Amino acid sequence: MSQIPPEFIVKIDYDTCRRCRRCVMNCSFGCMQFKDRVVPDHKKCVACHRCVTFCPESAISITKNELTYKDSANWLPETRQNILKQAETGGILLTGMGNPRPYQILWDHMLIDACQVTNPSIDPLREPMELRTFLGRKPNRLEFTRDGNDEIKLSTELQPQVKLDVPIVFAAMSYGAISLNAHRALAMAAKNSGTLMNTGEGGIHKDLNSYTDNIVVQVASGRFGVTSEYLNSSAMVEIKIGQGAKPGIGGHLPGEKVGEDISKTRMIPVGTDALSPAPHHDIYSIEDLSQLIYAIKEATDYTKPVSVKISAVHNVAAIASGIVRAGADAVTIDGFRGGTGAAPMVIRDNVGIPIELALAAVDQRLRDEGIRSHASILCAGSIRNSGDVAKAIALGADAVVIGTAALVAMGCRVCQKCYTGNCAWGIATQKPELVRRLDPQVGAERLSNLVTAWGYELQEILGSLGVNSIESLRGSRERLRGIDLDEQTLELLGIKPAGIGQ
Amino acid sequence: MRCDCYIPSGCAVSGIMSKAGERMDGNDIIRSIALMHDRSNGLGGGFAAYGIYPRHANEYAFHMMFDNMEAKDQCEEYLKDTFDIVLDEEIPTRPGAVFEQDTSGRSAECGTQPITSPPILWRYFMDVPEHRTTFVSEREYVVEKVMDINSKFTGTFVASSGKNMGAFKGVGYPEDIGMFYKLDEYKGYIWTAHGRFPTNTPGWWGGAHPFCLLDWSIVHNGEISSYGINKRYLEPFGYKLELRTDTEVVAYLFDLLVRRHKMPMDLAVRALASPFWKDIDRMPKREQKIATAIRQVYGGALLNGPFSIILGYSRGMVGFNDRIKLRPMTCATKGDDMLYMSSEESAIREIADPDTVWSPKAGTAVIGELNWEVE
Amino acid sequence: MMRIDCKGMYYRKLNSMIRDAVEEGETEFILDNVNGQRYIGNGINEKVSITINGVPGNDLAMFMNGPALVINANAQDGVANTMNAGEIIIHGSAGDVLGYGMRGGKMYIKGNVGYRTGIHMKQYKKQIPVIIAGGNAGDFLGEYMAGGILVLLGLDRDENTPIAGDYLGTGMHGGVIYIRGEVEEYTLGKEVSVLDLDAKDEKLLKKHLSEYCKHFELDLDELLSKPFIKLLPVSCRPYGNMYAY
Repeated sequence: MSQIPPEFIVKIDYDTCRRCRRCVMNCSFGCMQFKDRVVPDHKKCVACHRCVTFCPESAISITKNELTYKDSANWLPETRQNILKQAETGGILLTGMGNPRPYQILWDHMLIDACQVTNPSIDPLREPMELRTFLGRKPNRLEFTRDGNDEIKLSTELQPQVKLDVPIVFAAMSYGAISLNAHRALAMAAKNSGTLMNTGEGGIHKDLNSYTDNIVVQVASGRFGVTSEYLNSSAMVEIKIGQGAKPGIGGHLPGEKVGEDISKTRMIPVGTDALSPAPHHDIYSIEDLSQLIYAIKEATDYTKPVSVKISAVHNVAAIASGIVRAGADAVTIDGFRGGTGAAPMVIRDNVGIPIELALAAVDQRLRDEGIRSHASILCAGSIRNSGDVAKAIALGADAVVIGTAALVAMGCRVCQKCYTGNCAWGIATQKPELVRRLDPQVGAERLSNLVTAWGYELQEILGSLGVNSIESLRGSRERLRGIDLDEQTLELLGIKPAGIGQ
Repeated sequence: MRCDCYIPSGCAVSGIMSKAGERMDGNDIIRSIALMHDRSNGLGGGFAAYGIYPRHANEYAFHMMFDNMEAKDQCEEYLKDTFDIVLDEEIPTRPGAVFEQDTSGRSAECGTQPITSPPILWRYFMDVPEHRTTFVSEREYVVEKVMDINSKFTGTFVASSGKNMGAFKGVGYPEDIGMFYKLDEYKGYIWTAHGRFPTNTPGWWGGAHPFCLLDWSIVHNGEISSYGINKRYLEPFGYKLELRTDTEVVAYLFDLLVRRHKMPMDLAVRALASPFWKDIDRMPKREQKIATAIRQVYGGALLNGPFSIILGYSRGMVGFNDRIKLRPMTCATKGDDMLYMSSEESAIREIADPDTVWSPKAGTAVIGELNWEVE
Repeated sequence: MMRIDCKGMYYRKLNSMIRDAVEEGETEFILDNVNGQRYIGNGINEKVSITINGVPGNDLAMFMNGPALVINANAQDGVANTMNAGEIIIHGSAGDVLGYGMRGGKMYIKGNVGYRTGIHMKQYKKQIPVIIAGGNAGDFLGEYMAGGILVLLGLDRDENTPIAGDYLGTGMHGGVIYIRGEVEEYTLGKEVSVLDLDAKDEKLLKKHLSEYCKHFELDLDELLSKPFIKLLPVSCRPYGNMYAY
């Protein structure tokens, strides 16, 4: 019998409860039972809000179990709970979603400029405001020739570029980690919004075949579902080296989640564990990465940009430079607050560096080396709102990647139980009765709404900055100022403190 | 002399060109910019003139500003080491000058502001020693030296560094600056002028327009809101942006795009003030391909914010606006020869009776080129 | 009648001369050799007439409330800025941002008009501003337009020049634009729709155009011989659905 006290207390207002049992039907964690009336098993509650949302009488409330542990600023309830768990099991603490610990969030210590008098702001509703962004390798210069009729011709052949209508793409989340309906919703939304979804490393379901132009396919260490057909069913190919939530750590989709459909897309037998090793066993050094990049380019006949995703670690700038020189057309940097379907808690909470610093370092390093245009930079790892998007772009990102925000848009309540497969919202689960809960159409609409709204807000920010195109914000750190940041952090971010003019 | 704070500014611009290369004195350009007196505030004015040094046409003419003799001596040592100085002399001036013709009528009402406290103004006509150009082109060499001087020598500033041209600028109203520099005594085939309205200035002579590099000169009305990224875009190409003014980036962008990247002038302007995607999407295929590639590759060079700009260079004069025309620009021609550009039509009418007057479309360059070849 | 030679005259002197004379009862002015003087007609509340020979400076007739101006040349930027009442006849072309926030009076231009003509023009009860331009217009014609009447005739135009520029009526949420000719769909702001004229429109247009024709000695029938289109805002609250509460 577990000694761990419940994390939450579920209160039912029996005066208003109609005993309709909707909460019982909706609870996927087995917390709600019906014996004459609804009886919650507090220990099983994860605060996923499913019951609260669907109770027609608003008779359910969930509160934190406040008084369980005696106060200590050092031995926090969570700390002690984790020790109890490990004392009972002897296991690695597993968790889902991004790092929840109260590290300083640097986005919240940066402020954006605006125009007053000396240059005008531009009205984003009435005047043109451009967000179109191209991902891919660009040369440092263009060359032109004149033909016989004295007409100017472009003689530089550009590498393949992927067009985004908004500089916001959906993060890599595999079919397996999330449901097919969630994948469908992401693909539809990507198409509607003129952006990209990313298959993650679980292969691609045949139902998504018509979304080729809006899909990034991932090649990770497990190589699940990777065929030349898969590589060619995409707008871009991404090699996944690392993930912000678990740098240096592989993945593991338990066999019980590998049903008929997943077995097909991952191309492994039903019920087998899908193991992604920590490293790619064909990449033990940077030249091996180059070898893989060009293997993919050969397989796709140089028609698609190849991107490399890494987690933000101490040496990220030098690593990114190597990646660009190895031939990558885009680099995705995933910061230490980035999400995951499952990760060891100790890794998620203690490994990596903030995306803000990593992004600033990479952009500056590539500029210093004169190769910034050779690859696009995608910034991932807890982009929470359009303010974060604008700040990331001003620091130097070409586009941002949203995972958790996209899940929340589809209904996720960030209960961090993705790894259990019991997602009550039909997102991080493969149980058919739960998957059904997510209507892909509705999910797509909600995702598109989010992207549209952030797009509008970005236009508002551009307008207030007096520019009408996203490329005038990209890398324009002059338009950012830091508050409550020490001198060295400011220097690393390449921004001035608030209060200093241009 | 160097100011450490960034100075946004509003302004007036004017430009005159004889396409036939007929040289005219500076009186007209002074009268033209004087008419727009109220667009500036007495904290900066300047001119660029082309064709003014025919006897030294093959030498680089450096117009220099020094805070004191010490700065001058130090810089001269450097110039002697790096160039062959053919001639050096003080730039002739009329201390305390004011423009008396008073086209705008303002000084009679509000009094004058004679030009005072200039830095030491000196010009050097110089050749690049042949042995210095083994590994870099002559112009590249000159650019490096200009960047060097502006970034490393305190109290020293290169106002212009082209051949057979020069920038004349300082703190004051432009018409008075023109008289101060005796521009009525020079003859050039292109003249551009600028009256400045900075919001806050410590009165820095080097901060006035035009901004020059080699024979490029820029006068600019408005503000480059994309300055931050334009600066970061230029830096990896070796440009040092230390003058803390948005206009500087424009001169360097033209140098990069036209001189180093060899882009045709109209395409360079298309990179700096590119068409909107909406318009690119409607272009014929060939044109679309070029416009798309330019935006993809030169996004960091896109000038954003309100501006009207007149670029001067040895072979011509180019005027263009920002993409949504937030600053004014009127152009005019007279006969086959004369081309005028100005912030206001009246500033052209003050000096000419043009045949045609028009406002160019936003983001579209008006390019005037000499009928004859010049280096 | 008061005749002033404006050669080399600073605008402050000119405008104070006019204001003083108006105060003393003068009703008619002829200004010769005008070139670049700003603010002519600014803030005058009497029904005086001012003839301007030469190119007046920016913000001509700003806050004007009554006078009738005739300009025998081109005009620069910002004519009729926040104008309340009166009449402006321009026998040439005019620059950018004409009639910004204009809420009454009339402005007739013989030639072309620049960018952002009629921007944020508005009407209130009986005060309905009218702008008629004989030539073509730059981009953003009728931007944010909230009221009033804008007419564009497109006379003397070469075939390559569109009658109106891009972003036509963008943000328009009131008033009406009449255009003598066709405009391309892609140039329209997303807040406007193109309609045919009804009898009421024809009557209104005829009334204003006959007045316009008188000033520039044009033939009304010929003007009306070519079909007009009408631009109306789709909604008086075009951005009502953009916000989350």
